Amino acid sequence: MSMETVGQDSDTDETPLIDVRNLQTAFFTEKETIRAVDGVSMDIDSGETVGVVGESGSGKSVTARSIMGLVEAPGKVLEGSSIRFHQLETVRDYADRFSGHTVDLTELRGEHDPQELLGRIQTEVTAETFGRERRDEITLTDILAAGFGDEMGITDEDDCVFVTERNGDSPQDITAGFIEVTRLDGERQRQMRGGRIGMVFQDPLTSLNPVFTVGNQIKEALNLHRDLSGEEATREAVELLEAVGIPDAGRRVNEYPHQFSGGMRQRAVIAMALACEPELLICDEPTTALDVTIQAQILELLAQIQEERDIGIMFITHDMGVIAEVSDKVNVMYAGEVIEQADVYSLFENPKHPYTRGLLRSIPGTQSGERLETIEGNVPTPTESASDCRFAPRCPEAFDACEVVHPSHVEVGEEGDDHTAACLLYPEEMPETRRVNVHREATSDDRRGDSA
Amino acid sequence: MSQQLASSDSTTREKREKLVEVRDLKTYYGDSGMFGGPPVKAVDGVSFNVFRGETLGLVGESGCGKTTLGRTLLQLEDATGGEVRYDGTDITELNSDQLYEWRRNAQMVFQDPDSSLNDRMTVGEIIREPLDVYEWETPADRRDRVRELLETVGLRPEHYFRYPHQFSGGQRQRIGIARTLALEPDFMVLDEPVSALDVSVQAEIINLLEDLQEEFGLTYLFIAHDLSVVRHICDRVAVMYLGNIMEIGPTEELFTDPANPYTHSLLSAIPAPDPTDTAERITLHGTPPNPRYPPSGCPFNTRCPARIRPPEYEHLDDEVWQGINTLRDVLLERKRADRSIRERIRERLGRQTRFATVEETYDELFGGLQIPANAESSIEQIVEHASNNDEEAALDVLTEEFGSICESEKPEYHTVSETGRKSFCHRHDGEHRQPSQVLEERY
Ligand code: SF4
Ligand code: SF4
Repeated sequence: MSMETVGQDSDTDETPLIDVRNLQTAFFTEKETIRAVDGVSMDIDSGETVGVVGESGSGKSVTARSIMGLVEAPGKVLEGSSIRFHQLETVRDYADRFSGHTVDLTELRGEHDPQELLGRIQTEVTAETFGRERRDEITLTDILAAGFGDEMGITDEDDCVFVTERNGDSPQDITAGFIEVTRLDGERQRQMRGGRIGMVFQDPLTSLNPVFTVGNQIKEALNLHRDLSGEEATREAVELLEAVGIPDAGRRVNEYPHQFSGGMRQRAVIAMALACEPELLICDEPTTALDVTIQAQILELLAQIQEERDIGIMFITHDMGVIAEVSDKVNVMYAGEVIEQADVYSLFENPKHPYTRGLLRSIPGTQSGERLETIEGNVPTPTESASDCRFAPRCPEAFDACEVVHPSHVEVGEEGDDHTAACLLYPEEMPETRRVNVHREATSDDRRGDSA
Repeated sequence: MSQQLASSDSTTREKREKLVEVRDLKTYYGDSGMFGGPPVKAVDGVSFNVFRGETLGLVGESGCGKTTLGRTLLQLEDATGGEVRYDGTDITELNSDQLYEWRRNAQMVFQDPDSSLNDRMTVGEIIREPLDVYEWETPADRRDRVRELLETVGLRPEHYFRYPHQFSGGQRQRIGIARTLALEPDFMVLDEPVSALDVSVQAEIINLLEDLQEEFGLTYLFIAHDLSVVRHICDRVAVMYLGNIMEIGPTEELFTDPANPYTHSLLSAIPAPDPTDTAERITLHGTPPNPRYPPSGCPFNTRCPARIRPPEYEHLDDEVWQGINTLRDVLLERKRADRSIRERIRERLGRQTRFATVEETYDELFGGLQIPANAESSIEQIVEHASNNDEEAALDVLTEEFGSICESEKPEYHTVSETGRKSFCHRHDGEHRQPSQVLEERY
């Protein structure tokens, strides 16, 4: 993991393994623009599991695909989005191999004033665009990582390694920095996806090729990402299959995916992901298609792998039970936005957002006979940038302001809990007008942005 | 055995009227000579009653036969053996005309509203179709009936002329339900009716189903894998595994105090929406066996966490037991694989050297473990047979040495509570300790 350093311009206040800021992914169709992911921020540490929960249409899978660089036309990750991969070793490695795509912020800081650059940005930007609370907190790094440096000629479109701290000139002297995942392309993308970031999908057959043996597919990954081949690769493939709990691995390595049961296939996919020794594993509904007893096995396996290898896991699911079991932190998504963020205990004990509350109450609980609570209506498809609360049409607690003010995230838990919700009912202790103003102000520096 | 199961079912529920009586029902597939090999025993001799007005849940993992059982009850599949008495008539004996008439009484709702609704028909036409087929009243009456049905399921009359794709998943399921209600059936088989839906929508459909049941006095057979839904909606539950009912009884009781080891395991595997839940989980090993080759004795014996062990090995280390169980899985798996043609060809070409890997497997399973001498010599014998590619012989030794009544005899149904709940397990026979005691100790 990268070291925690305090940068001169607070670029590097805290360094999680991966830091997603204001991610926006839209799909452009003839009729409309679907804002599938609309301003999502979250981070994941090594050894930590971050759950992302939501119903269909919430944007949870598109969030995952954006991180993995799997968004395809007509979809696009929009300017202003930033996904920073902080693992120091990888940063050094990339700076070494892709020096032509490396941006040295330690040099650039002397040359540019972030506030002045902000004024030159063509589109409307706010502190929120950069995941900051106040405009004067925006750093040069924020601006460049979000892609605004290209239009000003400071960065090139395919620059993707950002060095924020270094002790000397060689890549090994870098002490802090990140790879901007949204700017990866070609070989740099291939090294990241499936190399540093592994993935496991709901349907193992999307990751397995039916015409090759399971062993050959693992060996291919080993070859691509770890330069292993021949005997050595075979031995490692067998070991990986054993590590994911496939008995008789020596024989099964020669079998084809269709000869594996559903649970075994998912194990094979996990083995394939592990072949590259990833730092981050993105699991998109990995157990949804499996029976509960098999799901239990896979969840146990993932926990064990995480403990052994200290990897960060992003776990996407619609199942609140699974979320409760696997997550350290949870992000609840609704219509393209994270609407509540908390550690798993606070979230289940003290859900704050009306949607989270409704969701938890609509699970058929332990009591029988009673009528289930429901959330009327359906998840909307966001086509405009939000100027309201997207949950308002279904929210039992909606009031007038909910239709004209877009809620931003505010603290809703105890001090230092890091429990936030995007809802105009909070901060709870304030009277309504002041509360609403807090949210209005968070988005209102649009106007200041224009005049700056 | 099955008679006994069914009769005590009724003594405890005398007041209630039996709508469906199932006796020793079997549904086998593919036992034609075409592929040789034994048939798939999807449903392998089940007996139970469904009482008028109740919701009976049918739960289990995929491949346990629950859907086949539901379809057989409606004669959408032919029974291989046994009876399904509906209001006293054995419907497995009906000819096709009689069956056609009977089907008005019994309908099925499917999991996937998308594939069960014809996208080229309007919602009105879809719901009206069964009325047309059965030439129900006059066309004008049918239209009125459809409008009424739309309202019943919470849709609006103007939805009549829309197409299914214009509706959300939840609404499409409502359309499907309206269609099944058209002919006023008494009995509905609901096959995973809410599994494809989001939680909040799922709750609406469950509420709707409950309302309809009350309003029209419907009887439901509710097939599902989601146990929390089942717990909410069902009066009684039958838990299936590999074509057999392992336990059947009143819902709350079965959930709070399961008797059968499989019910224990299934319940324990569900993650509770509560991060503070620290209950020890029973993680089952392996996967359910292929229903074409079910094990002898108890169908659950290859994975059962409470399996009866021979007395001389009762205190063998749990890890060694785990190794033995995995070894058995591997052997069964290899025996199965042996049957595939591809495998045989590969072997003949000498591309498979299975010799070495058995030893590897042995090391993987037992390396570093303390194994008592008597067990060790048996395990070595097993491995020896396996090395010679004789899985059959290896398995024989394994069963002989480490097997018990769980492998040699099919269990019986034992009454495990005053409500007449039944469990299919040798551990209730009075000679062994109860499953819950054993599980407590082993987990
Ligand atoms: S902002 Fe208003 S509509 Fe949105 S969740 Fe809060 S109370 Fe409900
Ligand atoms: S009969 Fe044996 S194997 Fe079957 S459930 Fe009971 S203890 Fe387990």
